Amino acid sequence: MALITTDEQEALRDVMRGFLRKYSKESDVRTVMDGGSGYDAEAWRTAAEQIGVQGLAIPEEMGGGGYGFDELAIVMEEAGRTLYPAPLLSTAVLATSTLLAVGGPHAADLLARIAAGELIATLAVAEAKLHWDPDDITTAAEKSDGWAVSGTKPYVLDGAQAGVILVAARTAAGVSLFAVESHADGLTIKSLESMDRTRCMAAVSFDGTPAVLLGDDGSGWQTLREVYDRALVALACEQAGGAQAVLEMTVEYLNVRQQFGRPIGSFQAIKHRCADLLVEVESARSAAAYASTAVAAGSDDASVAASIAKVYCSQAFYHVAAESIQMHGGIGFTWEHPAHLYFKRAKSSEALFGWPAEHRDRIAKLIGLV
Amino acid sequence: MDPIVGDEYSAFREEVRTWLAEHLVGEFYDHRGVGSPTDDTAWDMRLAWERELSEGNWLGLTWPVEYGGRGAGLAEEIVFEYEYARAAAPARVNTQALELLGPTLLAHGSEEQKRRFLPRILAVEQMWGQGFSEPGAGSDLAAVRTRAVLGDGEWHIDGQKVWTTFGDRADWLYVLCRTDADASLRHRGLTLLLVPVDQPGVEIRPIENIARSAEFSECFFNDARTTEDMVVGGVGNGWMVVMSTLSRERGSALMPMQLSVEREVAELVGVARDSGALGDRRMRQRLVDALIGVHIMRATNLRVVSDLLDARSSGGATTAAATVSKLSASTHHQRLGELAVEILGAEAIFGSDDRAENARKLFLLSRAETIYGGTSEIQRNIIAERVLGLPR
Repeated sequence: MALITTDEQEALRDVMRGFLRKYSKESDVRTVMDGGSGYDAEAWRTAAEQIGVQGLAIPEEMGGGGYGFDELAIVMEEAGRTLYPAPLLSTAVLATSTLLAVGGPHAADLLARIAAGELIATLAVAEAKLHWDPDDITTAAEKSDGWAVSGTKPYVLDGAQAGVILVAARTAAGVSLFAVESHADGLTIKSLESMDRTRCMAAVSFDGTPAVLLGDDGSGWQTLREVYDRALVALACEQAGGAQAVLEMTVEYLNVRQQFGRPIGSFQAIKHRCADLLVEVESARSAAAYASTAVAAGSDDASVAASIAKVYCSQAFYHVAAESIQMHGGIGFTWEHPAHLYFKRAKSSEALFGWPAEHRDRIAKLIGLV
Repeated sequence: MDPIVGDEYSAFREEVRTWLAEHLVGEFYDHRGVGSPTDDTAWDMRLAWERELSEGNWLGLTWPVEYGGRGAGLAEEIVFEYEYARAAAPARVNTQALELLGPTLLAHGSEEQKRRFLPRILAVEQMWGQGFSEPGAGSDLAAVRTRAVLGDGEWHIDGQKVWTTFGDRADWLYVLCRTDADASLRHRGLTLLLVPVDQPGVEIRPIENIARSAEFSECFFNDARTTEDMVVGGVGNGWMVVMSTLSRERGSALMPMQLSVEREVAELVGVARDSGALGDRRMRQRLVDALIGVHIMRATNLRVVSDLLDARSSGGATTAAATVSKLSASTHHQRLGELAVEILGAEAIFGSDDRAENARKLFLLSRAETIYGGTSEIQRNIIAERVLGLPR
């Protein structure tokens, strides 16, 4: 999702929308929620083979699509609309961005496996806080024969689904990045029973776990700063898509639900709230589109734009989802209605990668208010 | 990031920049950022500046050459307005004619009307005021009661208009009148008439606003006259004429407003720095929200403008983003005014120095923005019914 999209990008949107219509219907989302695996493996393979979703931003020589961030942003927006329950944000954004940034043969090998749809991968950074902060990293890595990582990452996106977990850990040289195989010794992965069952979260503990250093020792945070912006914007696009979809669903209901002999959408008390929600949805789309363009172009204001998108899209999505339950009335409070799926996704997205208040602090710092 | 229009306009952009650098000097330079379409501060200086613009042929950029315009396209207009606002050139005074009446005449006026009025507007020889609202017709504009009756080749006008911006400066008014006596016809019985001010039947009285300035007026018509040929777009077509051109989103006004709000936010950050308010995390977070608000205005404007300039889209005049921008910008601007007063604290409320005056002006004048040009409530109705498709 960029400020200006090309015809080719719009075609990608149509393809992605078609795929999701087939594999990410509400019933599909619920099947994944109720199952144990966290995603539909067949749909995941299809996404790789037919669209190349996982490898969109991976260079062609590694088997990817060779596209840029703008295309990834479109896919995330569409995925967000249907709450697509799959390890897309972790694999195609977090892990892929990190591996592309660090380079080297090991990263290239992992990227080729991601592009082929064979490897789910994630990135574990945050510890005590959800916001990424180098001072927050206490997980440590030491070198004897090879590198070994020890510590705990309490909230790792798709940690139980990943075949490879990329880890931010502290060495004598500073924060560094490592790759850990999911079957490695000394690795404990515990799936979390989160409120939002459309997204998988795990607690991951490392105890002398063998790991491969990615990039230069001590240069991890430099990489993560860039990865962070991409993660924030991808999430913001997902949120903008979710906000738009939930508003559409609500408006549709307001047109058909009759009370007092008329559609409840004809009452001004409802109309004006919907108008305000549309302002928020459109503003969220603007913030996400601007940030996508800024990140794709590597603009100076990319980090500020990314945090702004995170703040605004978090608030907008949550507000629209909360209002959706209210405007649906009793039915919106039931398990069988999808309103709560969006509501929970909105709240979990607000927390993921740092709360809005933490990003306001980041913005204040970035623009020199403190 | 500044991706407004393509490289093919960079020569034009350079021309605008050069002209502004050479002419926005001296007294004009000292009045950067002064005034607005609803603020008459430094009127005479701004009038002189508008004549300077006229001599440079920068007024009516998109108007045809035969009427004194440049015959340029929307992209040039957007580039010009953006550079104009970036240079903080003083706000133009005859906005009513340049932005509203001019385009209306171009679309619906007779050839004679165009030849008579457009060159004079571009030469800054004729000020215009709008006669739409009435005491009984605000949000419900179709309830207009001002009557116009044809007799002896002249329209005879009786009634009252209100909220005429810069009405006491106007030489002519464009007036929405009821020409069919049957009030039940509502919007179908209306006609747009052009009426000269300098006659016994027209009386204009300024109204003081809550900031004690007099930007708007009420106009009384007591058998006021205008010639039969002063109808725009045909008798009975007033509503269509007014709605088709006045509600059209051109994109060129969006960027200047955003840039002026950006300037206000930057000034506010400076005030907060001086006063120590930046040391307070809660204040800092609210300032960041103000910055986020203006950033989103900017991002939405870029979307709207990109869409307007995109040959593939339908012109985008009714895109959702454009429709919500008035509602969202006016609300945001009010919040900014409230924050400005809070950051300056007691000084803003009890003091009288320049900083206090500026904060108070923003605080007070922004209250009008959710009322004029269609109240926020009317905007919400329009968004809900026309964009979201909720039932009437």
